[in-house]
Amino acid sequence: MELAQRILKGDRRAVARLISMAENFDPQAQDAMRLLHPHSGRAHIVGVTGPPGAGKSTLIDRLAKSYRLLNKKVGIIAVDPSSPFTGGAILGDRIRMSDLNTDSGVFIRSMGTRGHLGGLSRAVCDAMLILDAFGMDIIIIETVGAGQSEVEIASLAHTTILVEMPGLGDDIQTIKAGIMEIGDIFVVNKADRQGVERTEMELKAMLDLDSEEKAWTPPIMRTIANSGEGITALRDAIDAHRAHLVACGDWNLVNHDRIRAGFMALLRNRLTAFITENPGNKPIFDAMTARIVRREIDPYTAADELMAKLTSIKH
Amino acid sequence: MSERKIRVLIAKPGLDGHDRGAKIVARALRDAGMEVIYTGLHQTPEQIVETAIQEDVDFIGLSCLSGAHMTLFPRVMGLLRENGVEDIIVTGGGIIPEEDIPKLREAGISAIFGPGTPLEDIIEYHRKAK
Repeated sequence: MELAQRILKGDRRAVARLISMAENFDPQAQDAMRLLHPHSGRAHIVGVTGPPGAGKSTLIDRLAKSYRLLNKKVGIIAVDPSSPFTGGAILGDRIRMSDLNTDSGVFIRSMGTRGHLGGLSRAVCDAMLILDAFGMDIIIIETVGAGQSEVEIASLAHTTILVEMPGLGDDIQTIKAGIMEIGDIFVVNKADRQGVERTEMELKAMLDLDSEEKAWTPPIMRTIANSGEGITALRDAIDAHRAHLVACGDWNLVNHDRIRAGFMALLRNRLTAFITENPGNKPIFDAMTARIVRREIDPYTAADELMAKLTSIKH
Repeated sequence: MSERKIRVLIAKPGLDGHDRGAKIVARALRDAGMEVIYTGLHQTPEQIVETAIQEDVDFIGLSCLSGAHMTLFPRVMGLLRENGVEDIIVTGGGIIPEEDIPKLREAGISAIFGPGTPLEDIIEYHRKAK
């Protein structure tokens, strides 16, 4: 049977196989993706990001269990870094999610970043669509342990959760640009540790400094993922954020932006490949690169010339 | 543009707390450019097989130092067949007596890597078998 039909009929191996094909840029994935696309668009996409060791995997494990109590199906995409040298990776997020393995209402997939920056993998968009068409109600995406600027998740998720923990840096960290700006919900995990009040206060102070009036004020939640404390409240906050987006009409706007971001990424990859790998264009690209190396031309002029050569559009 | 990556699940079935070897193998395969899914200790055969399916792995490496390999390894093989995913190649490692190896091979385990196996051999095996 056709891969897409098998997925729509609930075949888990077909889901896994198509995700691999998308990850490997297998051209045959495209047919299945085209057939699945009309069946997608229903899932609530939740991004979870935060520094390494903040407890993202454990938190996601507990959240998924909490959603299972409501009989919601949960897809999880867990991204870990690939080695920039060998391309290899240790994908270890499932260690914290062992009990979910045999729950047929949960599908977990680990991914390496495979050279993609921004805290995600290039195939995350495809995996999201596949799990969405597979019928998952909630799709939780765990980014790599994020530093300050891995903010791509915010452009793919409806709801972005930033997980912090007590004792990481001072309040200057909270007013820096980047990751602190993308949270729809802030979580202070490991809330049984010393310094939880201070972390919470610093986050609150940061949010209070927001100059523009916002319709949604990101809540700051305390959790102890290990014991499950605060998980139900967090689940309620996620659902409240979705309800808010729907009520104020932002749901469609967010969807538009999400889809636009995914489409642009796809185009960017295709265009880059068209210029640097397409057999007709690669020699031109390589020759131009060599001229830049020899200092015969500067990269800006080279880019102009190359674009003029490749397109009929006048610059 | 298409690039195939070897994916390996390294799993520790049963009640066995010794994961040093499993971690070293995982690290070696990582350094050889493979994607290694490591699931930690105390996995049931059911969990291992379901993880292998969801992660679409080419290989499962089972590590067992508890002496229960004659029960656990064939059980994993049985579940793979039940789920129609017997094309996944399964290898084993740990403390496995010589005399058990033929029986494990018969059960469908493709290779046994005992203590002292050079990591290069394990890497080569995964590269060649795919």
